[in-house]
Amino acid sequence: MIRRPLPAWAEIVLLPLVNIALAFVTVGIIVRIIGVDPLHALVLLVVGAFGSAESIGYTLYYATNFIFTGLAVAVAFHGGLFNIGGEGQAYIGGLGCGLAVLALDRYLPIWLMIPVGIAAAALFGAAWAAVPAWLQAWRGSHIVITTIMFNFVAAALMVYLMVNVLIAPGSMTPQSRNFEPSAFMPAMGGNALNLSLALALVCCVAVWVFLWHTPWGYALRTMGHNPEAAVYAGTDLRRMIMLGMCLSGALAGLVGVNELMGVHHRIVLDFPAGYGFAGIAVSLMGRNHPLGIVLAAVLFGALQQGGAELSFDIPNITREMVVVIQGLVILFSGALVHLPRPWLQALFALRRSS
Amino acid sequence: MEDPLALVFLTAAATLRVATPLILCAMGGLFSERSGIIDVGLEGKMLMAAFFSAAIAAVTHSAWWGVAAGIVAAEAMALLHGLACITYRGNQVVSGVALNILASGLTIVWGNAWFHRGGQTPALEGQGERLLPLFFPRAGDSILVYLALLAVPITWWVIARTRFGLRLRAVGEMPLAVDTAGISVAWLRYRAVLLCGLLAGLAGSYIAIAQNAGFTRDMTAGQGFIALAAVIFGKWRPFPAFGACLMFGLLDAIAIRLQGVRVAGLEVPVQLIQALPYLLTVFLLAGFIGRAVAPRAIGQPYEKEH
Repeated sequence: MIRRPLPAWAEIVLLPLVNIALAFVTVGIIVRIIGVDPLHALVLLVVGAFGSAESIGYTLYYATNFIFTGLAVAVAFHGGLFNIGGEGQAYIGGLGCGLAVLALDRYLPIWLMIPVGIAAAALFGAAWAAVPAWLQAWRGSHIVITTIMFNFVAAALMVYLMVNVLIAPGSMTPQSRNFEPSAFMPAMGGNALNLSLALALVCCVAVWVFLWHTPWGYALRTMGHNPEAAVYAGTDLRRMIMLGMCLSGALAGLVGVNELMGVHHRIVLDFPAGYGFAGIAVSLMGRNHPLGIVLAAVLFGALQQGGAELSFDIPNITREMVVVIQGLVILFSGALVHLPRPWLQALFALRRSS
Repeated sequence: MEDPLALVFLTAAATLRVATPLILCAMGGLFSERSGIIDVGLEGKMLMAAFFSAAIAAVTHSAWWGVAAGIVAAEAMALLHGLACITYRGNQVVSGVALNILASGLTIVWGNAWFHRGGQTPALEGQGERLLPLFFPRAGDSILVYLALLAVPITWWVIARTRFGLRLRAVGEMPLAVDTAGISVAWLRYRAVLLCGLLAGLAGSYIAIAQNAGFTRDMTAGQGFIALAAVIFGKWRPFPAFGACLMFGLLDAIAIRLQGVRVAGLEVPVQLIQALPYLLTVFLLAGFIGRAVAPRAIGQPYEKEH
């Protein structure tokens, strides 16, 4: 049988949906194995995520982090760069944000403190991504390995700084002093949700404009598709690698704004909590497009919030179920993306012949 | 003050103890990477193996069933990686990342559903359920330590001296040539990936039932990545990779002893020593310490022309 290529709409819409469906069917099987009715769990999860104003607030607060890290992965990915260092960039971004706040929150008014905090987070995140980018562009070391290694270096650095330098005097746990209210990201509603969500949406638009409506975005995407063509078109690949990775790192760094200025109001350990890695799942699921990323981020935010509620109701299910789902989405939408294609091709061939 | 000889012996033993999972895992990673399959998922394979070895050892009261279960778990992960990277020609890094995340979630979800201890497995009793030291109780020389030491020359011999090894190297450098010679690229790579699973399974089992007495969440704590770093640091060759594992093990062993020690008036931060394997690897990759050249076809799925 001759396998014809799939029609465009099937390639763009149907195939990704089938991939995600496969991931969730697998989740259902795992839930079944641990002795819980998947449909019952799903109902509890949806209610937990969207059942009240408070739960919607939390869902969107989690989604904010996923948007930042999802965009971070997507921007680099359009340039053919696989940034696995979102975790470390978010961590160091938070450090930058926190340092700026600790230094200035007693002097600056809120309308100045918040932009400075945001800028510091983006700057530090970008700087942490710039090193692997520079090493790839000028020294030829592979960005995947160096960004992985930099996650660990970031974690070690943060533990050192928190335990030895930034710890609040008299504090038993490694955390900085509390921020002054001038550095509190204004809340939206009563709980964790804050203005960072608006910032995330602005970033979505900015990324969309950058990628598809500026010459730099065009050059970056050309590099991702075909580096030789990009060179032929006069693109300086080294500068594009730096640009793509720095933007990526800056976006990841903004997780620090949502977490530290938005919720914790001090520097704490381990606040990136896997958001950097989850960004890979968000970006893959959203097909590297800002709109898709927002949808995927809301889904992952709902899973995070609904999953937490679910674990209260059903003790057999822990919060880590969300991590399993992230892993499966990356597996099916990323690594096994070609798996259902022959099935669909066979299906379309059947329809044509009948 | 401790006897210096005893100190040297204990430090050497501690180094070997820490290096054992790194060595096993690095040899596994070497097989996979030399065949052209990047393995970012070593960490996930080890974690899965650690969980299942501890769980089965606790249930059957037998360390050996534990090791077997650990190997099976890691092989299942390896097969999934092979399926994604070889059969379906997916992105190898994405697949590895997926396996890591999957393992860190699944071990806790299953562990909690199975034992109701927040993701931990029951503590293993000394006799029978754990692999105990063979000769020196204070050194912790379980059988897997010796197996790790044996794995290095065997890996070298297989890769450098056997027909399978020659083909394995060829498939990592130029799969088209292997294919033209009528040898299956996919089957060669599957064997490499499965060998990797075997060794990573042993490494994970060691961590859970020899080095420790049971599984705790995320207990591999980045050792899979250190093993990967060792493979790169050893420039994809068995003995240099072994040396890198020993060096990283030594760093870990002295990190504890160096706590609070002052060098030239400055306290050495433990975190710096912990970050050193990663920093050194980055320096090496950047070409500041020699040059590390990866197998040429690494990361590229092989598409057979019809």
